[in-house]
Amino acid sequence: MKRIIAKQEACMGCGLCEVYCTVAHSKSKDIIKAYNSERPKPISRVTVERNKPVSFAIQCRHCQDAPCVTACLSGAMTKDEKTGQVTHNKEKCIGCWTCIMVCPYGAIKMDKEGKVVAKCDLCQGLEEPACVANCPNQALVFKEVKP
Amino acid sequence: MAKYVIVGASAAGIGAVEAIRDVDPVGSITIISDEPCPQYSRPMISDFVSGKADFTKMKCRDDEFWKQTNAEAILGKKATALNLAEKAVSLESGEKVPYEKLLLATGGKPFVPKMDGQDKDGVFTFTTIKDAVQIAEKIDAISAKSAVVVGAGLIGISVTEALVKRGLKVTVVELQDKILSLLLDAKASEIVEDVVKKAGVDIVTGQSVQKIVGKDGNEGAVGGVILTKGGQVPCDLVIVAIGVIPRTELVAGTQIKTNRGIVVDSNMQTNVPDVYASGDVAEAYDFILSQNRLLPLWPLAMIEGQVAGYNMAGYKTTYAGGTNMSSLKYFGIPVVSIGLANPKEDATLEVLTKHDAERKVYKKLVLRSNVIVGMTLVNSIERAGVLFYLMKNKVNVKKFKQKLLEDDFGLACLPLSLQRKMCVVQ
Ligand SMILES: Cc1cc2nc3c(=O)[nH]c(=O)nc-3n(C[C@H](O)[C@H](O)[C@H](O)COP(=O)(O)OP(=O)(O)OC[C@H]3O[C@@H](n4cnc5c(N)ncnc54)[C@H](O)[C@@H]3O)c2cc1C
Repeated sequence: MKRIIAKQEACMGCGLCEVYCTVAHSKSKDIIKAYNSERPKPISRVTVERNKPVSFAIQCRHCQDAPCVTACLSGAMTKDEKTGQVTHNKEKCIGCWTCIMVCPYGAIKMDKEGKVVAKCDLCQGLEEPACVANCPNQALVFKEVKP
Repeated sequence: MAKYVIVGASAAGIGAVEAIRDVDPVGSITIISDEPCPQYSRPMISDFVSGKADFTKMKCRDDEFWKQTNAEAILGKKATALNLAEKAVSLESGEKVPYEKLLLATGGKPFVPKMDGQDKDGVFTFTTIKDAVQIAEKIDAISAKSAVVVGAGLIGISVTEALVKRGLKVTVVELQDKILSLLLDAKASEIVEDVVKKAGVDIVTGQSVQKIVGKDGNEGAVGGVILTKGGQVPCDLVIVAIGVIPRTELVAGTQIKTNRGIVVDSNMQTNVPDVYASGDVAEAYDFILSQNRLLPLWPLAMIEGQVAGYNMAGYKTTYAGGTNMSSLKYFGIPVVSIGLANPKEDATLEVLTKHDAERKVYKKLVLRSNVIVGMTLVNSIERAGVLFYLMKNKVNVKKFKQKLLEDDFGLACLPLSLQRKMCVVQ
């Protein structure tokens, strides 16, 4: 499947990927509204990990044997056998945080207002995930890799 | 003859069916449960009581699951006996189900200590959807205003929250000196207790209930409890949530070895060939304590079921082990507790803590020879999984130890070699 790969040497730690991810996952798709007025507050599913001078962006790896899927108490987290994607069903999520406890990448975020979790969905419907498309330094690439 | 027979169709049973089908698409599977619709999320019964989830939302696998996995599901029927020589399971209806490979995934049942008056109307346990339905119906039927919850463990706190959401005044009675005592140390417990109390809950520790008394003019109905030190708490309902014990009655009197639960090896096989056990009923490996023990937790039941399923289908797999690991959402204060979160004094252990009273944030790591063996995170849990990865893989954290409890701790703090191994950078 196609995955998002981070190039640490190219990442400047600017955080634009987080901004575009937030907007892409907002209702309004409008940067001002997304950040200022929308409720529940849209949240970024990508995180820039920083430890100066190192930085890189990380989001759900869509693991082959995904610990979050096995651990999910409610059946909200599933592995799509066809696409290889780990998908999260917000309607079924009960915000028990069990997936957060077992994700080695810390890639699952708490949507505290919604009392559910949120994670990368590879921007379904877009040609390229928003974080990849908007990285000013091409530090994120979306390409076919072996699982 | 069914090739695979599974007794119990909850987390461990579901995990086994999925694993078997992963490697054997055709071998016949029969799965038996005494619950009419067992594929629901047991931890969600509190959401049912609070009204947050209906039964449809609670299903962790949809109704098509048994069909899709081509498993014959015998539901609403109890397995009553095992015949190991004959390799068959008897059902209460008299049928016999022969097997080639058998999995016991019978889970747990509530532990109820002897209490005077425990057969009064209004006393409940809290482990099944049936319990949840009965409690919800009772609240409506008698317009219940108050409840006493006996036991302040995970189950007790979950039902307490549900009852509070239903508008009941709840008193929690706990024999230990603090709530969530199996998971939390004194500090973490105190922070959570504070939040629970602010929600209007009364907490009584160091005591239990000695007697359940009737209502004035209706002795048969719950009217209150008398505590062990003599105090009285009036209430309309009593929920006994002390804990669960393995449901081992099927193996009683057979050669299958039990300790507190069914004893299994690293393939989840019992001492009797072709008979496996997984989930709350089994004593599986704890990788922190390096011994087998009861660990009644959903994710572990699921994984243990998978391991059993793979082995039953001939795909050799060993269980890497679990440990005491819980995440809690109750009363809006997220908590994660894993492994030796609250160890006794031990010179070989190093304890790192960080407390921010204002933000109600508390973090604690327990290390042995620079390897994380326990952790507690209160109100700041987003990095729990990274820490758990280090714990599970026994990574030596000496070089970045001072970073572990920082707010900005994350993958970038790990050594490059580990980042490469995890494939987060190229
Ligand atoms: C209120 C509550 C909250 C919880 N919260 C959490 C949580 O937050 N996190 C967590 O990790 N865990 C939690 N748990 C624990 C979790 O639900 C269990 O660990 C998990 O359900 C164990 O799965 P299992 O398949 O081993 O057994 P069970 O879920 O107990 O299922 C066993 C099944 O087998 C059936 N059965 C047993 N004997 C027979 C028989 N002889 N014939 C036919 N059928 C039989 C039972 O009826 C049942 O359907 C919670 C539990 C409760 C009750």
